[in-house]
Amino acid sequence: MSAKVINDFSITIATVNGSGSQTANVTLLRALFKMGIPVSGKNLFPSNIQGLPTWYTIRLSKDGFIARRDEQEVVVSLNPSSFSKDLASVQPGGAFFYADDIKFAINRSDIAIYPMPVKQIARTANVSPALRDYIANMVYVGVLAEMLGIEMETIKQALSFHFKGKAEAVESNFGTIKGGADWAAQNLKKSDPYSVARMDATSNYVMADGNTAAALGAVYGGLQFEAWYPITPASSLAEALNVYLPQFRKTSEGKQTYAVMQAEDELAAIGMAIGAGWGGLRSMTSTSGPGLSLMAEYAGLGYFAEVPVVVWDVQRIGPSTGLPTRTAQGDLSEVYSLSHGDKQNIILLPGSVQECFEFGWKALDLAATLQSPVFVLSDLDLGMNQWMTKPFEYPDVPLERGKVLWEDDLEKLSGIWSRYKDADGDGIAYRTVPGNKHHSAAWFGRGTGHDEEARYTEDSVSWESNMARLKKKYDTARTLVPKPVIKAGTGATIGIIAYGSSEPAVDEALAFLKNAEGPKFAYMRLRALPCTSEVQNFIQKYERIYIVEGNRDGQLRQILSAVLPDQAPKFRSACHSDGLPLTAKWVKEAILAQEK
Amino acid sequence: MTTPTTLQTNKAGLTKNDYRGLPSTLCQGCGHNSIANQIITVCYDLDIVPEEIIKFSGIGCSSKSPAYFLNRSFGFNGLHGRMSSFATGAMFADTSLRAIGISGDGDTASIGMGGFKHLVRRNAPIVYIVENNGVYGLTKGQFSATAEKGLNLKHQGINQYMPVDICLEALASNATFVARSFAGDAKQVKELLKAALSHHGVAVLDIISPCVTFNNQDNTTHSYTWGKDHEAPLHDISFIPALDEIEIPGEFEEGTVREVSMHDGSTILLKKLEKDYDPTSRANAFQMLESAQQKDWLVTGLLYIDESKPTLTEAYNLVETPLNRLQDSDLRPAPETMDKINAMMF
Repeated sequence: MSAKVINDFSITIATVNGSGSQTANVTLLRALFKMGIPVSGKNLFPSNIQGLPTWYTIRLSKDGFIARRDEQEVVVSLNPSSFSKDLASVQPGGAFFYADDIKFAINRSDIAIYPMPVKQIARTANVSPALRDYIANMVYVGVLAEMLGIEMETIKQALSFHFKGKAEAVESNFGTIKGGADWAAQNLKKSDPYSVARMDATSNYVMADGNTAAALGAVYGGLQFEAWYPITPASSLAEALNVYLPQFRKTSEGKQTYAVMQAEDELAAIGMAIGAGWGGLRSMTSTSGPGLSLMAEYAGLGYFAEVPVVVWDVQRIGPSTGLPTRTAQGDLSEVYSLSHGDKQNIILLPGSVQECFEFGWKALDLAATLQSPVFVLSDLDLGMNQWMTKPFEYPDVPLERGKVLWEDDLEKLSGIWSRYKDADGDGIAYRTVPGNKHHSAAWFGRGTGHDEEARYTEDSVSWESNMARLKKKYDTARTLVPKPVIKAGTGATIGIIAYGSSEPAVDEALAFLKNAEGPKFAYMRLRALPCTSEVQNFIQKYERIYIVEGNRDGQLRQILSAVLPDQAPKFRSACHSDGLPLTAKWVKEAILAQEK
Repeated sequence: MTTPTTLQTNKAGLTKNDYRGLPSTLCQGCGHNSIANQIITVCYDLDIVPEEIIKFSGIGCSSKSPAYFLNRSFGFNGLHGRMSSFATGAMFADTSLRAIGISGDGDTASIGMGGFKHLVRRNAPIVYIVENNGVYGLTKGQFSATAEKGLNLKHQGINQYMPVDICLEALASNATFVARSFAGDAKQVKELLKAALSHHGVAVLDIISPCVTFNNQDNTTHSYTWGKDHEAPLHDISFIPALDEIEIPGEFEEGTVREVSMHDGSTILLKKLEKDYDPTSRANAFQMLESAQQKDWLVTGLLYIDESKPTLTEAYNLVETPLNRLQDSDLRPAPETMDKINAMMF
């Protein structure tokens, strides 16, 4: 057995979708997190309710790197249909645990092999036969706990959290885990180098998924109306609103300050959200690629009629239905100019769960300020996986309500105001909302050509000046959207740009590149479009710019090339679009291959 | 010297001018103009404050018409077939406002059918008027989904398909108020509009509103002539506002008048014509529409009413204050809740 490897390896668990393994896997992840070990968990699941193979990968990293890795040192196999592939995937010197009812030849002698009598142990569990298959998954939790050294107490904490303290569920699951652990202690002899040990690297973190964070951000952003239509991987965002809004946003009399509506389709979801935004509500919808395509026409109306609304796009890989349960960053081009005619949209790009929370409220503020749709591009990896994240921080600024005139304001103006006039020189006009009883308050909104008074007109001068003002408003947005996060790096000559959930992989690749021979790199994580001045400065500063993104076509590169044509020759793409979260190894190799 | 003329005002202290809109840009004689005028009259007669109405429309000739009434009301002319969703969201902003939506047969029964039926099944509180002329006007004379089978249009040939019956679709979607009328019957349109504005929930008004330019041949089912010849009113309808005393005119025989009590205290009086018709029975309404189709009648009047169902916004237990007037402190949880939230995470 080679030298011990502590807290620095990956575990992959191969199961059958719908078998209830999710609870077991998240329990392992949480238990490791509670031991103070930096972890990440990636659920690689099929678009299926039951039956297809599914994998869950947990990475432990004493150094705090939480990107996915391709290499699997410890593999647990409970699925006959993927058994051979899973066996082959174990790194030399690694460990392979499998349910001993799977009868396949084991053809590897370079790894430790551990059969587990999963069914036999599960049978001893004190649960109804219906639950037995589910609880069988807890056997491997117990076996791994024993063989890797996961503390039983942290497992219990994880179970207690998952089952919301329901003693019976906690005890029956824990009993099976204990059964698995005891069996392993008596019957398995450790012959692999991988183990875990308590650290203190997670005490300032919590675990959450990006969709929950986004919903909570919206709760603190004063969200008043959400309309949505079920779609993977965005559904859990709206479902989280249904959990947290009732807890935190009812009055003391139990009355709602919000409404959430499941629409009949995405056409209606955004229509409702834009209707509510026009009505003066802080309004939102959440969807993924196919839904976004359906939302295109309304998005254009929102832009042109200048209606505040927030659209969360939790991206999955497309085009078309694509791979509905696989992640990507492939909607950037679409969102940037969603809907016909001239326009650029405002896009926020959260790169962490904490940022999903922050942009959850910030997007509502920006929409109110800019009277415009604001798109937030998350993705399946960020949205649905559990991440260790810094705790959510209370918004540091009051709610931004935008330029809304009420009765008193109109009285002071003697009723003289114009809905689409650039009164302040920032491209943002004043608006009134229904219910305002001042006799000069009302205006008739429309997606057709209008003059400064919101009257229908086909006058070409009015059209052009209105469109010019909208462009000016976009320039104002440039000064308001989140600035990029830049790590300049000493002596750097080459820049890397990435965004969204690529962050951990790029961050880790950078740590490698920093210590390697060759050129030094600076890194900018883009957090919004339009580009702020910092983005332009960063690009101008370096000889070459690598743009790392999760799509085939280099969508950000295309946009930046159009925005900064003179800088475009500097751009090099590092694109991956295989549906899996990015790895640091891939980033490093993709860049170094082009540096040769 | 001329004597200054004082314009007549209603109980809201407003003149009829306060209810008008911009001059119509629709064709002379278009049924839609007549409906817009009835809306003006009805809102004036009912002393409705225009600022307490919100108007919605989709795209098409019909959808232009909200610009031609109630200038002092907020309004939004949205996307083709998508009035339903926009209105659904907007009505949450301030539930004290009354919503009027104007759509067309293309807007509702073709591109917007899904949204229409979902708005109906949610009982969204809106007067939903379909100005139904069986034809696309703005795009110059194509068949709409309500065009009758066999209709021959100049550049289109003969329509091969059965028409959509908007009232049937509304009923099938559990509408709580379904009426059909004819723009040529101004008096009935007016009374139905009044009743619709008092209705608790969605009020679907399918008004045959002839297109004088593209579909007004005498023998076609959306023309003035056909309407006049084939209109078969279910009853003689009149609306009595909540505060007015109900006086049943003396010449009516006993048992010939039905009273329908509205949620807001007003009353609809339905005078029996040839046969008695009970509009509180959904089965009656289905039967009536079916037999009208068989007999080639334009059945008009109040087909169905149910005042007892909760409306969409009532189902939400919202705060009294209009949502769009809530203050920051109502909308953002207090700072101390942040620790609680973080503690709820693992």
